[in-house]
Amino acid sequence: MIPRHLIIAGTLLLAAVLGMSLYAWEMRSRAEATALRGTSLRPVGPPVTGATEPVTLAVAYDDAGLIHMQAAQIPLPSNRQQRAEELLRALLNIYSDRSSPHRLPTGADIRAVYLVDPGLAVIDLNAPFANGHRSGILPEELTVVSLTQTLAVNLPGIFRIKILVDGQERETLAGHADLSGFYDASSIGQLATQLQSAP
Amino acid sequence: MRSTSLARGAGLTGLVLGLALLSALPLATEPAPRRLSVYSAAANYSLPIALRDGRAYIGLLELLDPLGPLVAKADGQRWRIRFNNRVQAEFSRGKSLVRIQGHDYDLGAPFLLEEDRGLVPLTSLNTIAPLLLGGPASLHVAADRMFIGEVGTHFTASVPPSDHPSLVLQFTTAVSPTVTTESGGLRLTFSHDAVVSPASPTLTFGNKAIPSATYSESNGNADIFVRSTNGSLVATISRDGKTIEVTSSSSPALASGSVAIIPSQPAPAAAPPIPQQVPPPLPVPSLAVSGPPVPRRYFVVLDASHGGDDQGEAISASLMEKDLTLSFSRRLREELEKLGITVLALRESDTGLAVDQRAALANSNHAAIYVALHASSSGHGVRVFTALLPSPTEDRGPFRSWETAQAPFRTYSLIAAAGISSALQQQQIPARSMMAPQRPLGNITEAALALEIAPLGTEPAQLASPDYQHTIAVAVAAGIASVRDKLGTVP
Repeated sequence: MIPRHLIIAGTLLLAAVLGMSLYAWEMRSRAEATALRGTSLRPVGPPVTGATEPVTLAVAYDDAGLIHMQAAQIPLPSNRQQRAEELLRALLNIYSDRSSPHRLPTGADIRAVYLVDPGLAVIDLNAPFANGHRSGILPEELTVVSLTQTLAVNLPGIFRIKILVDGQERETLAGHADLSGFYDASSIGQLATQLQSAP
Repeated sequence: MRSTSLARGAGLTGLVLGLALLSALPLATEPAPRRLSVYSAAANYSLPIALRDGRAYIGLLELLDPLGPLVAKADGQRWRIRFNNRVQAEFSRGKSLVRIQGHDYDLGAPFLLEEDRGLVPLTSLNTIAPLLLGGPASLHVAADRMFIGEVGTHFTASVPPSDHPSLVLQFTTAVSPTVTTESGGLRLTFSHDAVVSPASPTLTFGNKAIPSATYSESNGNADIFVRSTNGSLVATISRDGKTIEVTSSSSPALASGSVAIIPSQPAPAAAPPIPQQVPPPLPVPSLAVSGPPVPRRYFVVLDASHGGDDQGEAISASLMEKDLTLSFSRRLREELEKLGITVLALRESDTGLAVDQRAALANSNHAAIYVALHASSSGHGVRVFTALLPSPTEDRGPFRSWETAQAPFRTYSLIAAAGISSALQQQQIPARSMMAPQRPLGNITEAALALEIAPLGTEPAQLASPDYQHTIAVAVAAGIASVRDKLGTVP
């Protein structure tokens, strides 16, 4: 015969274990939800609204290894720096689509674009953009040309472009494309022309 | 009186002779001056070691000069250097702290400045050489040997079962040792080769005639001593310089394609060693660091990209780009040599090299073409890239801008790219030429290309196929040979 006080103590301990398990389960669900919010692709700032403007986006196509200059209509703010960021976000929207012609890693984003006189644009990519990017001369080259040519075509007065990752200089995008120097808009233009013609 | 003067004269003569003998004694026993043997992908060389206050010192200019562009300036008590257009270091006379790229490091002993020549303690090279060179460098202090990068020549030794026992030494690169016979065996001395120790310095073979071999290193040399219990030994070296066979002198005739080094007479036990230089293996590319580049030989530098920690693209879970480029480099080298074209492969094992080092090595060897090899799972066929150059910057005096060094050679690069693309297309391999922002193409002072090899279909595993690699290697070699007359070189 088990003493009564032991039965009561055992029951209380079992109830405490069940309670703690439910609490831990709830905390885990909350943590997962927070992590998901951290990798959201949505921009933090409010979406740009208002009249749209015609722009030309240099869109990369992996299968053919080509750049297509595509016309698009997107809402653009009046501030030149914000316009640059919106142009690149429009490009990333294309690449984030499931049927994207040029896959970018999950969480890839543009942290900011800085316009520095005279004629220098600095594109700051986030770390997932570079860390998860496919490695290879052509895949990396297509990304670099797509970003830089889109800025150069739509923002007159940009002569040189520098790419940073997480605010820092980096040797290469993913082991190949050189990010250590500055890209000349004219050289990128020539390369974009080369990449528009089928092999 | 006369006898006294005679005795005095004899005594004086004896004293003079004795003094002369005493003064000659230290000369006779004075050891040879120490020298540091340096092994690098750019060149193998040796430097004098200076002794100051009982410490061994080495001239930093002499050490770095063959390895890349170097500028040094003495300013009072300070001595500044700029190496490879990137790394800056500042030394102070009499101080043991050196500032490299903004950080202080301890040399372990004072820095010496003698007539604008900076001397650093030999033992400090283990600390400062990797920082200055931007890559691995290791000093074997006791042996006065220094290895820059992964340049060690490894070897295996075996005695295959046979009626006529012989020791077969297989080296990873061509070697040219000095062979001497000694009591109880034969000694191979490697003065110019970066031979490194096997896992165990003593190798035993369980053979009665050739029971063991011992590896040792000292005075800038590596030695392999092969012990024999059965009389004199003979060394033969293969034509490619990578295999040495040590046999008893009573063994049958040598294999064809080998060079025999047979001592004329076995040396008696107490006799000094008889040095015998093995003829250099053929063909061996010139590794001269400097020299007139014109007229240039048709000489190709192959650069298997990535290596070491830099794996390149992970083509699959077990297939890394760095391994594919190395494998393809070996095949392409073989095909080029079949066509009589001399090749220097920058990477022959799984080692990492900085892009600046790759460019410096290619430039210092005055090749006609530099070809960087890459592999990719994306796309189809072979892509031939030339440098995407920034706007020309102003060259200063005789110094050319590092970023745009390729500019004057761009026409040659385009000619080479067209030749290779055409040869690939003739073999029904899709080929496409374009520019790329790819280092070190822009830093190369000769025709410079990067080849990115992709599968023909959708299966990336094809990249590892020997047949596929061979097909592409044959076509690329033919393309390189086809532009021989257009690149301003002599055959």
